[in-house]
Amino acid sequence: MDTAANRDIQVNEVSEHTVEIITNSGEGAQKCAQIFGQTCAKMGNGVWTVEIIPAEIEPPHHTVTSTSGNIIRFGTDIITNWGDQSKLAIAFNDQVLLSRHRLDSLRDDCIILLEAAWEKTEDEELRRMYDEAMEEMSSKNYRFILVPYEEEALKIVDNPNHGKNMFALGILAEIYQRDLSIIEKQIAHIFRFKPAKVTEKNIQLVKAGIDWAKENLDFRYHIKSVPFEEERIVMNGNQAAALGAIAAGMELCAMYPITPATSVSHELAEVIENYGGIVHQAEDEIAAAGVAIGASYAGKVALTVTSGPGMALKTEFLALAIMVEVPLVVLDVQRGGPSTGLPTKVEQSDLLSSIYGQPGDAPRVVMAPRTIEECFHAMVTARRIAETFRMVVIVLTDANLATGVQQFTRPELDVRWQQGAIDQSPVPEGLKPYDWDPETGLSKRIIPGMPKGQHTVTGLAHDQESLVSYHPSSNELGMKMRSRKLAVFQSTLKPPEIHGDEEGDMLVVGWGSTQGAIVDAVDRARAEGHKVSTCQLTFLSPLEPGLKKIFSRFKKVMTVEINYSDTPGDPYINEDSRRFGQLAWLLRAHTLVDVDCWTSCPGQPLRPRDIYDNIMAKLDPTEKGVAA
Amino acid sequence: MSSLAISLLDLEPDASVCLEAEDYQKRPGKWCAGCGDFGAMNAVKRLLAKEQLQPDRTVFVSGIGCSSRFPHYVNAYGFHGIHGRALPVATGVKLARPELDVFVTMGDGDCTSIGAGHWIHATRYNANMVVMMLDNNIYGLTKNQTSPTTPQGHKSMTSPRGAALPALDPLQATLGVSNASFVAQTADWVPAHLFATLQAAYDHPGFSFIRILQRCPKFTPDVFQEKVQNPDLIELLVHENGVDVPSLEQLFKARRVHDPLNIDDARALAQRRDMLRLGVFYRNDSLPVYEDVRAVPKVSAEEKVARLNKEFERYAV
Repeated sequence: MDTAANRDIQVNEVSEHTVEIITNSGEGAQKCAQIFGQTCAKMGNGVWTVEIIPAEIEPPHHTVTSTSGNIIRFGTDIITNWGDQSKLAIAFNDQVLLSRHRLDSLRDDCIILLEAAWEKTEDEELRRMYDEAMEEMSSKNYRFILVPYEEEALKIVDNPNHGKNMFALGILAEIYQRDLSIIEKQIAHIFRFKPAKVTEKNIQLVKAGIDWAKENLDFRYHIKSVPFEEERIVMNGNQAAALGAIAAGMELCAMYPITPATSVSHELAEVIENYGGIVHQAEDEIAAAGVAIGASYAGKVALTVTSGPGMALKTEFLALAIMVEVPLVVLDVQRGGPSTGLPTKVEQSDLLSSIYGQPGDAPRVVMAPRTIEECFHAMVTARRIAETFRMVVIVLTDANLATGVQQFTRPELDVRWQQGAIDQSPVPEGLKPYDWDPETGLSKRIIPGMPKGQHTVTGLAHDQESLVSYHPSSNELGMKMRSRKLAVFQSTLKPPEIHGDEEGDMLVVGWGSTQGAIVDAVDRARAEGHKVSTCQLTFLSPLEPGLKKIFSRFKKVMTVEINYSDTPGDPYINEDSRRFGQLAWLLRAHTLVDVDCWTSCPGQPLRPRDIYDNIMAKLDPTEKGVAA
Repeated sequence: MSSLAISLLDLEPDASVCLEAEDYQKRPGKWCAGCGDFGAMNAVKRLLAKEQLQPDRTVFVSGIGCSSRFPHYVNAYGFHGIHGRALPVATGVKLARPELDVFVTMGDGDCTSIGAGHWIHATRYNANMVVMMLDNNIYGLTKNQTSPTTPQGHKSMTSPRGAALPALDPLQATLGVSNASFVAQTADWVPAHLFATLQAAYDHPGFSFIRILQRCPKFTPDVFQEKVQNPDLIELLVHENGVDVPSLEQLFKARRVHDPLNIDDARALAQRRDMLRLGVFYRNDSLPVYEDVRAVPKVSAEEKVARLNKEFERYAV
């Protein structure tokens, strides 16, 4: 029998690989990718997955705008970002594949396992589209392999859309020599609420895929996995944030549905009631903030979860919380803006509005987790800051962290993170509602139910007794005390860690989710001998201390951000008119250093190679010459 | 019993201390002379004294407007927030602390205009609180602008040639909301009725919405004047499950027995324009109360950590 098994099979040893699963939405790419990613993680590989999501639920199929799918980058070491381009693709039709080609997402030598049905379809229109797509993609050296996904799936299930994905999973399992027993367990878990035969059928499909690959594919990839010592868990950033909120003892999450933040509340809604808490789905974003503030005011620190447009609606309430010094945690899973913008796509454009988005001076803490693991821990930290400083804490994640899946060290939970019963002890004689320590601005929160503590908080200017006061000195004292808390909090922070040398030709500064891609890019430049370092900020308000000093040791400082900035050299763009990226703005104002920026808002995570290219372009040409 | 409830037992009020109505006045209200808000304040103080509510376990929440200054003048915890948004804050308080007594004061602009969305939904949540909508048919604090309840044709700074539209009827709107459980109307110039309505609202387990017709001596001195002077233009809705004040029988000849459980009659009466009706239009004590249906057992910190550790198994690699 002539099978691939008895031809020469080329086994390629690689340290990492990137796979795309590209389908119409509704064809099960997510499940396939989820199981594949989980399996890689469980086998000891580093994994990062990214969702490709259309904004609509099920857009018209077989078009370049219907693309739904996943990118899975996995390797021997920890993987911190989605990398540059995909090396292998599973594609259920030519049009969704074409959309990825047009985005330059596929490497020149990408292996593409394309559905075979379209090549010979009797539908003339579809065949014409197919021919044109193949013609367009012929500019690249892709290796096309036609796979009868649908035909094979139909042998096992009636509806191929409920089977092709698992058949494809089987093919991937064979190519990358994945452990079938882990896959089987994953399938059983995913379909645990369905009849047992659903699991059986799906496993049957996977096995059919494996058999097909054994017969037909002449290549395999071997990616070494290093078993890790510590226990790990794998999840996306929204799941991490949700569980972090529970670990932090928060018992009320008030929210209104908004992409890409909603899945945080899905996760919470699923489990929080086992922890004495609830998710309150409010009538709108404003009410969600109000309910959270009311709950925080009367009890434990509460949470509201949203994205950019929701943040805009909540602004008045956030200022109120700041004014009355009610602690509150706000999670903003940033998406592309302005306005409705790119609902499912990543951007880092809420930084300045999160810090300054209120009329009047409304100081608050703004922090941005850099990894999925930090999404978990940030919630614990945020809650503690909120409570200690009677402060609004805004946690900025983004669509990249929200839907990216990565494994990380299983957190060691601390019972002290949980909030104990709220203070209901009698208020000591003479204690004022805003008994600001004149040095620090800190004061003890008086919570309803505390005997002899009754007072009325107000968004109007007030004195230490919480009485409405329009007196100039009283207003200025309140302003000063609310602001002082930020300085006190900053005094507890350490300067940011530098990745690379402490001095050099360029310091790349990022914030939040871009860390993995920036570090990859900087390491690439460093490997070539360039004196480039990077630091990734977590605290944006207040900024981490010591920045000016750090910046002074580099010839050039440049931010890398996923937001808009003018490109020097464009029409009308000059030193006078140029608008900078949001972190660059902040750093320029804060340090008086001539911080440059490279920003991009493509609606997708940054690629290490793009960051690398821009580092090289911005490095002093003479320095580049030396390195070359 | 939850650990919280146990800790509160230690703090049971001292029964020997009897609070008088005046003990609930933190400071005198700074409203204009002749403002109907004073009447509401007096009725509230009477109710608090009658129920002997503990000032430190009572919370008054308000938005922005003349009537929203209420919490500043009551001896209780208070939350004077932002325009139109008292109800979400009050809902949050109730969710976090169901054992606290919560009162809300709003004006007509606050509730039926900028806060209209919250009003509809808070009615449906049916959290247990007394909600007083002090309706003077005008924006007072911002000095004389048309509100949704301003009578058609009434002149204001924003409608110098008279309000263009028919007024919104808050009773009809509230009675149209699913899960509405208590809807009443009373007037600041009938103190006995105002107090009795407040009492019924307090006794009702759920969201008790009271529209209090409130005179504004500055900007709408005339809108209720006819009714103030001629009680025959007013019909009292009376019922043992609603409000029935015997002392008012002499003054108010027009009385109608209305069973507050009858929603169809309530809606029909709210719609009629022949007379001004005061009383409980609708009251149903058996509808689901939000903080009850969302109540979850308390879990100790240690148990939470144990459960979360178990939760991690779902994600274990």
